[in-house]
Amino acid sequence: MTSEPDRDATTPALDVRELAYAYPDGRQVLYGVDLTIHDGERVALLGPNGAGKTTLVLHLNGILGGGHGSVTVGGLPVERDQLLEIRRRVGIVFQDPDDQLFMPTVAEDVAFGPTNLGLDREAVAERVTEALAAVGLAAERDRPPHHLSFGQRRRVAVATVLAMRPEILVLDEPTSNLDPASRRELAEILERLSLPTLIVTHDLPYAWQLCPRSVLLDDGVVVADRPTTELLADEELLRAHRLELPFGFDPRVQPVRP
Amino acid sequence: MSSSRSDGLYRPGSSAIHRLPAHVKVVGAVGFVVAVVSTPGQAWWAFAAYAGALVLVTAMAGLAPRYVARGLVIELPFVVFAALLPFLARGDQVEILGLSLSRGGLADAGTLLAKATLGIWTSMLLAGTTRPQELVAGMQRLRLPRLMVEILSFMVRYLDVVADDLRRMRIARDSRAFSARGPKHWGVLASTAGALFVRSYERGERVHLAMLSRGYAGRLVLHGDRPGTRREWATAAALLVFGIAVAVTARVAT
Repeated sequence: MTSEPDRDATTPALDVRELAYAYPDGRQVLYGVDLTIHDGERVALLGPNGAGKTTLVLHLNGILGGGHGSVTVGGLPVERDQLLEIRRRVGIVFQDPDDQLFMPTVAEDVAFGPTNLGLDREAVAERVTEALAAVGLAAERDRPPHHLSFGQRRRVAVATVLAMRPEILVLDEPTSNLDPASRRELAEILERLSLPTLIVTHDLPYAWQLCPRSVLLDDGVVVADRPTTELLADEELLRAHRLELPFGFDPRVQPVRP
Repeated sequence: MSSSRSDGLYRPGSSAIHRLPAHVKVVGAVGFVVAVVSTPGQAWWAFAAYAGALVLVTAMAGLAPRYVARGLVIELPFVVFAALLPFLARGDQVEILGLSLSRGGLADAGTLLAKATLGIWTSMLLAGTTRPQELVAGMQRLRLPRLMVEILSFMVRYLDVVADDLRRMRIARDSRAFSARGPKHWGVLASTAGALFVRSYERGERVHLAMLSRGYAGRLVLHGDRPGTRREWATAAALLVFGIAVAVTARVAT
């Protein structure tokens, strides 16, 4: 696999420029989105339902495309003949783990991505062990995914993309349906990984906890791109875009995490 | 999520039968059923011999007779059909309890029931000792067409998810005081089925997207079972060879 072709420290991990997109039925969702993520950054993508977040995510690895503008991942443009390498580089964890996990056992599911990359058996086995260890589920490798708890399934979904050794991680609503303990376990895993990460979420405290920077998307454009604490403190902005902090949560007075 | 439900008919165990690789069991079971089916009608001793062999395997696998009996419920439509045969068939008539029945019909009904029972019994033994996902891996090892194995594998994986969808929809429906009582409610049941279809279809699309995102290009690699030792093949072959021997003898004898 080509790993780091002509890439220096200043090339952003992800660079989205003036991205516009309309679905084939004519419904336009994105109207010129700009977003840059550098190595080592964790960024939250916030926005109400229907803002175009999922459409944007599906552009990052070339599932959707053909609109105006460009997406580059580590210097490589998202284009048809580069799709396999792009999909290796961009690891997307979808909202419902049942959509992502479809193989008979956890280990086989984690092996799915690396196998598609054309790795040999031993290399695949090594990736599987490594990825499952990273999410703390090495012991569950031979169980069928539907026997795991929801939180475990979400972690396996993370492992399935880690096994491809991605260069950027994208999580779509990672906390939906998680109980508090699973939510914390996932946060710990994400903090341990030193990958540039984009977290798409409505869960503002989670964004605040994990991401120093937040991008607010609404009606297909980026309306704010600021430090998370500052963005969440702007009540007027939040109200204008149908976002609300949980009752009693104040990002200015929360203790800073150690 | 409960885990027992998703394993279908599987009964956990560690008997010699449980430990056989899935494809070895599939060959043994399918071969045995073919032998049963090709046995000429009215060879009652042959059917008794088959049943004897199955009793032995059931005992070896440690499966309860009640479990096998439960599986036989799906035989009911055959039973109904078999019960009609003596009335419908023509030819020699015999008097039983004042009813005039066809002798040929009675014999055919008996043969039909015996074969169906033996076949279902064998399937229950296979299903009771093999996990669904092992069965899929076994079929792949037997070189069934790849597409078929993939479809089966998806079915095993998503059966539960779809069943859960249906269960939630039913609970939500019943929570609004619905109960199906006759034809005027068929519309509701039909739209439930329709909604379930649309949901499953949409899930299929999402699964496909997630697969594409991990570089799927039309080839799914399932990791099969181990090949199976000579001894394990011999165990499965014992049932198969016994079945063939009985079938051939019965054919020659009649």
